[in-house]
Amino acid sequence: MRLDRLRRRLTRAILFAACALPATLLGIDALSGGLGANPIEAVMNRLGFWTLVLLLSSLAPTPLRILLGWTEPLRFRRMIGLFAFFYASLHFATYVGVDQFFDLGAIGADVAKRRFITVGFLAFVLLVPLAVTSTDRWVRRLGFVRWKRLHRLAYLAAAGGVVHFVWRVKADLAQPVVFAVVLGILLLVRLFPASARLAARRGVAEG
Amino acid sequence: MRSRPDRADATPLPLYLRRREFLALGPGVTVAATALLRSRLALAKGEPPLSFKKGPYATDEGQTSYEDVTHYNNYYEFGTDKRDPAANAAAFPARPWTVSFEGEIARPQTVSIDELMSWFPLEERTYRMRCVEAWSMVIPWVGFPLGDLIRRLEPTPRARYVAFSSLHDPSKMPGQKRAVLEWPYAEGLRLDEALHPLALLAVGLYGRPLPNQNGAPLRLVVPWKYGFKGIKAIARIRLVEKEPPTTWSRMAPNEYGFYANVNPEVDHPRWSQAKERRIGEFFKRKTLPFNGYADQVAHLYRGMDPRKLY
Repeated sequence: MRLDRLRRRLTRAILFAACALPATLLGIDALSGGLGANPIEAVMNRLGFWTLVLLLSSLAPTPLRILLGWTEPLRFRRMIGLFAFFYASLHFATYVGVDQFFDLGAIGADVAKRRFITVGFLAFVLLVPLAVTSTDRWVRRLGFVRWKRLHRLAYLAAAGGVVHFVWRVKADLAQPVVFAVVLGILLLVRLFPASARLAARRGVAEG
Repeated sequence: MRSRPDRADATPLPLYLRRREFLALGPGVTVAATALLRSRLALAKGEPPLSFKKGPYATDEGQTSYEDVTHYNNYYEFGTDKRDPAANAAAFPARPWTVSFEGEIARPQTVSIDELMSWFPLEERTYRMRCVEAWSMVIPWVGFPLGDLIRRLEPTPRARYVAFSSLHDPSKMPGQKRAVLEWPYAEGLRLDEALHPLALLAVGLYGRPLPNQNGAPLRLVVPWKYGFKGIKAIARIRLVEKEPPTTWSRMAPNEYGFYANVNPEVDHPRWSQAKERRIGEFFKRKTLPFNGYADQVAHLYRGMDPRKLY
């Protein structure tokens, strides 16, 4: 039992370090001039990339449980999700505060007129209530069923993030397509147990 | 010739007394000196400087650093990341190279790049370059006016457009192994645009032959149009009667047109073109109509719908 707890704490620490690594490397590159000719663009692209990686990672524990019976990853889902929100916030803050330098008129026009920014902005907004209600207290306050329903917004946010990327690139769809395929798999797997359960229930009812 | 040092050559006393402060600066100075040396070496590396005279139209705005001009490139033939071309184009054989002149001209012919360069005196043109992605640079190109070449080729009365195409050879341009764009890259100009004295065929930048990632051995520079008009590694120039198809307008006709004149009023569907970020600067600056060359080129488009000129 104690060994289990130790192992879990170790895993959590390693995972935390792994999630923080992209931000750390970005900081190092920023300080050492390693971001190239257009550092603002580089920062936004890298933060956006890692937001998507973590957002999709936070959707992976459930399929892992369904397909492989692993329950351990579920314990780390909240941390991964919060890291996704952390990267999304930095991505959004860089756009608002550095790229546009708080030019609210231009930002408003972007959000209203450019569909890739509209969908990215909406995806970010959807993540806010999830981050706020990520504590145990909020789970109790809402009740697990309602809390879980609310947190299904993560699917929509992830889809919005992927579409944001697909619509952003000029010609090379290779990376966004990989994200889209992975997201598709992560969401489709979730349908399996539901249909299986339904079939089982029908079987019982008919039998 | 050596002479004995005299008093004038000696270190002044106040400076002499502070000589140890240099040592105290230590590693910082060494790093800075190494960086400086390395950037000088990068510039000096490779081929000898070109000989050229200063040309007209030079902007006195600060030039974008050689490092940035050569390491932030859109050149999908060598990869779609901005740093890919510098990393992947090193082995590209920009010589031997031939350019063929075809279509509605008096004598179609194929010439080597070296012969072509011997036809015209080279000149330096320091131009703004505005990318359709809303960033810009100031680049000292070396080349010759496209108009001089066109006139030498003697267009027939039927010639109304100039069509350019690049090389198509995935073994030399690894990015062509994927169909990210239609290969080879193709661009075009109306004949009067091509004859405009601002239009340049570049063979160098910063006084040296073009680095491969910037389009060696021959590229187009049309400073009042978005950067993607500047086709690189030109292998064929063809005078034609009808508006030729161009790569990006075929790829996404609603986003990129044939004219692609810089216009802050006409947004790209996915981003505003009102401002641009000059590479090396923090704040965006306003984009100017025709990239600041309106006085020179606006008359070419009189009577045309400016919204069709993106």
